[in-house]
Amino acid sequence: MSKPIRQSALHHAGPGKAVLLTVLALLLALPFAAKAMGLEFYIGVATRVLIFAIAASSLNLILGFGGMVSFGHAAFVGLGAYTVGILMDAGVSSAWISWPLAMLVSAGAAALIGAISLRTRGVYFIMITLAFAQMFYYIVVSLKAYGGDDGLPLTGRSLIASGIDLKDDAHFYWVVLALSVAVMGFLQRCVNSSFGRLLQGTRENEMRMAAVGTRVFLIRWQAFVLAGALAGLAGALLANLNGLVTPHLMHWTQSGQLMIMVIIGGAGALWGGLLGAAGLLILEELLSSYTLHWHMALGVVLLAVVLFAPKGLSGLKRARRQAKETIHG
Amino acid sequence: MDWILITEQALNGLQFGLMLFLLAAGLTLVFGIMDMINLAHGSLYMVGAYLAAAVAQASGSFALAVLAALAGTALFGMLLEITLLRRLYKRDHLAQVLATFALILICNEGVRMIWGEQPMMLNTPAALSGPVELLPGLYYPAYRLLIISVGLAVALLLFVLVTRTRIGMWVRAGASNREMATMMGINIKRLFTLVFGFGAALCALAGSLLGPLLAVQVGMGESILILAFVVIVIGGIGSIRGALVGSLLVGLVDTLSRTLLPAVLRQVASSEVASNLGPALASILIYVLMAAVLFWRPQGLFPARG
Repeated sequence: MSKPIRQSALHHAGPGKAVLLTVLALLLALPFAAKAMGLEFYIGVATRVLIFAIAASSLNLILGFGGMVSFGHAAFVGLGAYTVGILMDAGVSSAWISWPLAMLVSAGAAALIGAISLRTRGVYFIMITLAFAQMFYYIVVSLKAYGGDDGLPLTGRSLIASGIDLKDDAHFYWVVLALSVAVMGFLQRCVNSSFGRLLQGTRENEMRMAAVGTRVFLIRWQAFVLAGALAGLAGALLANLNGLVTPHLMHWTQSGQLMIMVIIGGAGALWGGLLGAAGLLILEELLSSYTLHWHMALGVVLLAVVLFAPKGLSGLKRARRQAKETIHG
Repeated sequence: MDWILITEQALNGLQFGLMLFLLAAGLTLVFGIMDMINLAHGSLYMVGAYLAAAVAQASGSFALAVLAALAGTALFGMLLEITLLRRLYKRDHLAQVLATFALILICNEGVRMIWGEQPMMLNTPAALSGPVELLPGLYYPAYRLLIISVGLAVALLLFVLVTRTRIGMWVRAGASNREMATMMGINIKRLFTLVFGFGAALCALAGSLLGPLLAVQVGMGESILILAFVVIVIGGIGSIRGALVGSLLVGLVDTLSRTLLPAVLRQVASSEVASNLGPALASILIYVLMAAVLFWRPQGLFPARG
C-alpha cells in the first residue's frame, strides 16, 4: 500500500543512510582536521554555512514546497538575532531562554505577517512580504538604544551548559551542527507528513485542494509560521557567530541572498536549502580569495545557473539520473 | 509649523515623486507586458548617472552629459534585452529574480572596475545653482525647479505617447493581454526591445538629474529600486497612470512625513523620542501605505489588466 506513495513526486526520501552517516562523520571531524592543518578560520566558515542552511531550508519549506515566494525572510532571521542581542544586553545569556524566545518572536511576527500577506497571490505576495521586512528593517534602525544603524555588539556568546563552551569555535560549530541536523531531520519528516503533502498539493493546484476540503489558508499560514520560527533560530545562531547584530541582517538584499540559495540549491528539493547555502557561501569564499572583483564572477556563475541549470544543484543530479534511466531503460 | 517649510517640502516631494515616476514608468511596462521582474532596473539608473558624471567631467557640459547618458543607457538596455533578458520572459519569477540579481552584481562590479570605489561628482549646472523666489519669502533652488518641469514634461509626453499614438496603443494592448495583442499582429518582440530601451533612457534621465542632488555611487540603484517597486504595486502593475499617481503619493508621503512627523511627535512626546522615532516612522509609512493598498485593493489602484 505504501509503495506508490513513497515513489510519488511528493515524497522526498533524501540520500541513503550510508551517504548520510559518511557526510555526518566528515562534518563532525571537520574541526579536528581544520585544527590539525592550522586552518581554524574554516571552522567559522563551516558554521556560517550550516546556519545559512537552516535559514535557507526554512525558506525552502514555504518557497519550494509551499510555492509562496517570500521576499522578506531575512526579517525573521534578523528578529531572532535581535532577540538574542537584546536579551544579552539585559543580562540574559542562557541559550535555553534566548534561543527558544528568538524562535517564538520570529514565529509571532510570521503569524502576523502571514495572516495579512497570504491573502494576496503571486507578485503581490512577493511585494507585500518585502514591505513588511522593510518595516522591521526601519524599526531596528530607529532603535537607538540598541545601536540603531551601527548595530548592537554582543558581550559574548550564549551560555548553554557547563561542559560546552560556545566561545570555543569548535564547540559552537558542533552545537550548530547538531541543531542543523535536527532541523533537516524535522523538515524531512514534515514535508513527508500529511501536512507536507497538503502543502505541496496547494502549491500544485490550490483550487483542487480547496475543492477536496483542504483548508488552504490554514496550511499555508502554518507553514509560514513554522518557517519563521526556524529562521529565528538561524538568526539566534548568527548573532552568536558574528558577535554583533545589525539592521543589515534584515536588509532586502539578505532576503534576496536566501532566495538565491534556495534557487541554486533547488527549490522544493529536500536538501535544496543546504546545498544552496553551501554552494553560494563556499563559492563566495573561493572567488574572494582569487580576485577582488569576485562579485562579477559570482554574478556570471549565477547567470549560468539560471540559463543552464534551471532546477538548481539538486536538479542537476536528478537530470543526470533521468538521463541514465532513459539510456538504460 | 510655517507654510513656507511645508510648501518647500511639498515641492521636494513632488520633485522626488516625478523622478520616481521616471523609473517606475519603465519598470511597470516591463512588468506589465512581459510579466518580468527586473531587479536590474536600478542598475540602469546607476549606469545612467555614471555615464552623465563621466561625460560632464570630460566635456564640462551638463546638457551634453544628460543626452549622452540617455543615448548610452538606452543602447545598453536594448543590448541587455536582446542578449539576455529575452530568454527569461518564459521562465518563472524565481528565475527572473535570480538572473536580474546576478545582473545587479555584475553591473555594480563593472562600474566599480571602470570608475572606482569613490563616489563621483556631478555638479549642478552653474546657471541653475541659485535659488528662485517663487512667492514673496519663498525661495526654491532653480535646479530643483528644472527637475520638476522636466519630470512634468516627460509625464505629459508619456501620457500622449501611451494614449494618443499607435505605439502607445500597442503597448497598452500588450499590457492588458499579451497573447491577444500578438494574435492581432503586433510584433511584441520588437515592441518590447523598444519599450525596454525607452525605459532605460528614462532611468538614465532620472539618474543624471538626481546625480547632483544625491551621490553618484555604486549601490545607488538598489535603494531607489525598492521604492520604484512599491510605486508600481500601489499604482497597479502595467499602468502608466497608476505609476504616476503612485510615484507622487510615495514621493509626497515620504518627503513630507520626514519633516512633519518629527515635528508632530515633538508635540506629544519628548524631543529625544521624537527625533529617534520620527525618521523611522516616516520610512515605514510608505510600506504601510503599500500594505494597506494591497490589502484593500490587491490589484493596485489602477489595474491594467482585465
